[in-house]
Amino acid sequence: MSLEAGEKARIAKQFIEAIPFSKALGMSLDDIGDGYAVISMPWSEELVGDPSTGVIHGGAVSALMDTCGGAAVMSHPGAPAGTATIDLRIDYMRPATPGQRIVARAECYNITRSVGFVRASAFDEDEGRPVATASGAFTVERPKEAKA
Amino acid sequence: MSRTRPEPVQVVKERRDRALDLLVGGVPYARFLGVTFDRRGDELTALLHYDEKLIGNPFLPAIHGGVIASFLEMTAIIGLSWQILWDEIETGTIAAENLTPETLPRLPKTIDFTVDYLRSGLPRDAYARARVNRSGRRYASVHVEAWQDNREKLFAQATGHFLMPRRDVATNG
Repeated sequence: MSLEAGEKARIAKQFIEAIPFSKALGMSLDDIGDGYAVISMPWSEELVGDPSTGVIHGGAVSALMDTCGGAAVMSHPGAPAGTATIDLRIDYMRPATPGQRIVARAECYNITRSVGFVRASAFDEDEGRPVATASGAFTVERPKEAKA
Repeated sequence: MSRTRPEPVQVVKERRDRALDLLVGGVPYARFLGVTFDRRGDELTALLHYDEKLIGNPFLPAIHGGVIASFLEMTAIIGLSWQILWDEIETGTIAAENLTPETLPRLPKTIDFTVDYLRSGLPRDAYARARVNRSGRRYASVHVEAWQDNREKLFAQATGHFLMPRRDVATNG
């Protein structure tokens, strides 16, 4: 059982880290389980949105949360064959501290035949105060059913 | 008693383009994504120049949802800043000739941003325009529309709320 879970996690890690844009942002899948995922990325000068503060652009944080949300849906025991974002709302609580790694945690807390509902939050090294939170809906792609 | 002659067209264009270049050129993430802005009068159109690194689903292939969110949020922030900057330049509050990265108005801060993904982003260039629906002293609400081949067929839209930068102009209350 744990071996199978380890194998699933290994495949998910390979899959997510091979996505071109996730790779461009340096994302790494740190943990994945039934309906949840943890993905992080390093601070980089290229991702700065406000040169006067060196704070990373909100869009880069969105990209991290979106990827993490998708991974949470894919890892749900409901076993979707694929997923795409329907909508995603991000609330920005505070600027992420320049130079620090950002970690996103997402949970697919409900899934229907067609929709996965996701909550996510992002932190820098100060784990007591979130940088941003997000909620979104994702599609659930089902494998094509064999017709009789 | 004649009116003052309008400025020569190239003087006006140069002043506006310089201000826009300064505003956009200062954002490293715009360069990273390959986003530029096209200006016609005060209207801006954001361009996302397609590159393979923007892909999120290699099988379709489709542009990453995070790229789309980033592109739309950037369009909203630059659009809102441009509106502030435009007013200050055109009324002469700021002398465009003396504008430097240090004297540029600070950027608005995103409070929240909601993206609607209407269709998958095809592996080609994309365009977006922001509309500032309300811009008060402290808060602003901005809507953004993005399309690829056909202006009428949006592939994403978004609404966001922003905290306006504090201005140095002293006011009472």
